[in-house]
Order: sequence, then C-alpha cells, then structure tokens
Amino acid sequence: MLQLPIYLDNNATTPMDPRVLETMTPYFLNHFGNSASRNHPFGWAAEEAVDYAREQVAKLIGADPKEIIFTSGATEADNLGIKGVYEMYASKGNHIITATTEHKAVIDTCKHIEKLGGEVTYLQVQPDGLINLEELEAAIKPNTVLISIMYANNEIGTVMPMKEISAIARKHGVLVFTDGTQAVGKIPVDVNKDGIDLMAFTAHKMYGPKGVGALYVRRKNPRVKVTAQMDGGGHERGMRSGTLNVPGIVGFGKACELCMLEMESDAARTSKLRDKLQAALLQIEESYVNGSIEHRLPHVANISFKHVEGEGLLMGFNKNIALSSGSACTSASLEPSYVLKALGLGDDLAHSSLRFGLSRFTTEEEIDYTIKSITDTVLKLREMSPLWEMYKEGIDLDSIEWAAH
Amino acid sequence: MAYSEKVIDHYQNPKNVGTLDKASKNVGTGLVGAPECGDVMRLQIEVNHETGMITDAKFKTFGCGSAIASSSLATEWLKGKSVDEALKIDNMTIVEELNLPPVKIHCSVLAEDAIKAAINDYREKNGMEKIKFEESVIH
Repeated sequence: MLQLPIYLDNNATTPMDPRVLETMTPYFLNHFGNSASRNHPFGWAAEEAVDYAREQVAKLIGADPKEIIFTSGATEADNLGIKGVYEMYASKGNHIITATTEHKAVIDTCKHIEKLGGEVTYLQVQPDGLINLEELEAAIKPNTVLISIMYANNEIGTVMPMKEISAIARKHGVLVFTDGTQAVGKIPVDVNKDGIDLMAFTAHKMYGPKGVGALYVRRKNPRVKVTAQMDGGGHERGMRSGTLNVPGIVGFGKACELCMLEMESDAARTSKLRDKLQAALLQIEESYVNGSIEHRLPHVANISFKHVEGEGLLMGFNKNIALSSGSACTSASLEPSYVLKALGLGDDLAHSSLRFGLSRFTTEEEIDYTIKSITDTVLKLREMSPLWEMYKEGIDLDSIEWAAH
Repeated sequence: MAYSEKVIDHYQNPKNVGTLDKASKNVGTGLVGAPECGDVMRLQIEVNHETGMITDAKFKTFGCGSAIASSSLATEWLKGKSVDEALKIDNMTIVEELNLPPVKIHCSVLAEDAIKAAINDYREKNGMEKIKFEESVIH
C-alpha cells in the first residue's frame, strides 16, 4: 500500500532504522550513566557501550577505534577537523585548499580561517562537478597544510576521486580532510585505501539519530593531531570536551553496523530505483541530469527541468512528495544553488532543479507515483510558462534583455 | 513555509492562462522579470478602443506559486475594468488578497509591473505616449 507523503529528501536526513532505535532505548532509561564516571556501574555500562559503538563506527571506515572522535554531528566535525589542523600546524603553514562546491560547514569554516589570517584556495569544479586533479596539484604551495575536498556532494551526489586526491597530497606532504557525510554508509569508504587523514561524518544521514557524528583523525603514517575547539573535561583524548551523548553514540554504532552489512544490497536496490526514476524523468523534453552520472552516489539524482521554476514545481506535489529544490527560494533567500552554479549552469537551469535522494526504505511504488506526479506537474507548468512558449517558438531567450529586478 | 489557501487555489486552478495575439493593435503585452531571478511574468490585455474597457486578459508565468497566483489574480481583476482603473491596481492589494508573506511581496510587485507594462505597450501601439511610472516599487 502506497503511503503518502513519500520521503525522497534523504540527503537532508534519513529516517531512523527501527533497529537503531531499539539499541538506543536502554541508554536513555536504565543505563543513563555518564561514560566518564569511572567509579560505579552506571558509568561502566555507559563506557562499555561507547567503546563498542566506537568499534562499530571505526570498522565501517576501516579505522582504528582510537581514531574516532565523537562530536555533535558533521558540522562540528568539519569545524574541528579544519580549524584544528589550521591551529595545530600553524608553524608549518597557513594555506588550505578546498572547492567551491563544498558544504557550507566547510566553506564558512574556511572563510573564518581567512579572517584569522589564513590563506584559502577555492578550486572551481568541472561541469561534471569533479575537481581537476592537475589544478589541485598546481594549487599546492610550500605553506599548504591541508586539502579539504568532500567525498560526495550533498546536492548532486558527485563522488570525488579521493584516492587520486590523497596520492597528490601525500606526494607534497599535505594532509587530507574530507567531509564524508553523504558517502559513509552508502558507498565503501576506507580511510587507509583512500588515503584520508581526517574525515567528518554523521549518524543521521545513515539511518541513525540526529545530534551525533564523528571526526576520524589518523594516528599512524602520519600521526595527525588537531587543536581542540571546545575547552572542558578533556574527553575524546582531549580533542573534544563534553559529556558523551551515550544513546546517540550507541545508535550511531548500530547504524554503522547495519550499513556495513547492508550497504551493498541497499546500493543495488536504490540505484535500480534511481535509474528508473531518472530514465522516466529524462523522457520529459528539455530535462537534464546535473553532475557526473558515472561518478555518483547510487541513491542520488539531481535533475533540471528547463523553463519551469523549482519552487513552483515543488508546490505541485510537495504535500505528497518530500523533495528539495536547487533553488533556495524555499529557504527564503531567492538564490539559486551555488553548487549548481559552480557547475556552470545558468541561473535559469539552477532555478529549475530537483534533488532526489532515495533510501533503504524507498519502494518501487513510491518511485512510480513520483514519476507520474512530477511529469504531470512539469507539463502543466510548462503550459503556463512564457519561457516555454518562447522556446517553442524558437526565440533565443538569451537574446532578450530581461529587466532584472 | 505554508501557502495560503488562495495561493494554492490559484496555483491549482489558474484563471486565464493563455496567449493573446500580440501583433493585434487591441492587445497590450507586458513581459517582466528575468529567468535568472526565478520569475518571469507575461500579462496581456485586450482593449476595446471605443470604450477603453479591458475585454480580456491572459497570463503565463514562470515562477513560484505566489507569482503564478499573483498573475492569475491580476488577470481576473483586469477583465471588465477600464484601462484607467487598471492603472490603479496596487501591489499591496494583491498581497492582502492572497495573504502573501513578506518574502513573496516581490511577486505582487511583478504583477503590478506587468499590468503597467501591458498598458504602455497598448498605448504605444495606438500612438499614445507611454506613461512614466515612478520607481515606487521595491525590487
């Protein structure tokens, strides 16, 4: 039975897997102890649970449990990773390389560092959303301390060539940080094979709870250190003070374990559904996939429908289908997505895009409903669109002098 | 952000979507906005030369639900009005009628601009001077 509304905004957050919630409940109730309480059974139980979760989390990314620093989420881990390296390696240099399509948690952290006197290079991406490796290497300078490139993009799902990026970094003795938020749990990520030195990721994008994430910090070859950004009791090896979110961490661990076991089958199933959705929507005239089709997360598609506006499009079905638009009108800023613009899309196409993020729980019925609903809305809005009419009459829209307002 | 019921109704059942013959001397066409800004409105009026009354109005809009609703409402209001009366349509009346939130006021501004542009196009075609409008509206 098809149940409405349908949730296809899984890049924003995923629903919790009920199996995850089940493991968390006891740590809200009976085992509520503080994992830092060393001298009674409540503390011991909490500590044991955290240790176990740390192993589960580490295992998913091929790390050692000692390399996992729990945080409140990926944003905090981005901040700690980047600012922490910037401060810790200040004597070595002050230059960071990142890309224009990074998440705001990385971009704004880098902007902050610039205000502190640091130097940041923002690499442009190619039309497929990938960075150019030669440009990356050319951007490295004697004072470069860190390369921060996201593993997979949150808007278009493009997966960056992390192995190649880290090989270049290593050659020049530069550390690699990656925002792995969208990738971890969805595709195989292995910090050793991928040559990653630091990585931020979070539970709520992989069927775990909100409010808990982690920073991976390499301990061997090389041993990486970050300066703490939070002062206090010296938790997490002094790198992140604050009482641990024990139930959240337990859930994070379970979510990682489930992803480890089910990633392959989840990816096979979601990519099949995603491909069906994409193929059907590309049947609509003047519709385009944004970003690389080849180097892409299995459950993500970002599609533009020319001459219809994203927010107007969403309104046609957003009571029944939860989706995100590349046009940030929905967040009241009226700016089209900076990620899509970075691909070289005109504002018009950037305004006309929808982001689809499927999940472990997405069904074929839901995809069929979505295909029909979106197709109907696009066709209806095009009937209403002066741009579509002009396009059909063969008028070059770029030749018109629009009164920008 | 939730839309008002009136906006939803205009979005689902837009009034007067379509195209009038823009070559006709009776027809004034206003095309405002820009694709880069995420909204383009084309509003057309058909005027009876003798009476100065607007006998028909049509629109096509590329934009959000509020932009579609603003132009749909504008065409409804235009029909049966004289050109002079049409000039008095103020964007704030559209805002009130549709309960537009502050972030969507520009949609109503665009509709007002489209009305004025259509009237000026009609005037120009028929040998009348274009009316100069103050830049009163917030862009």
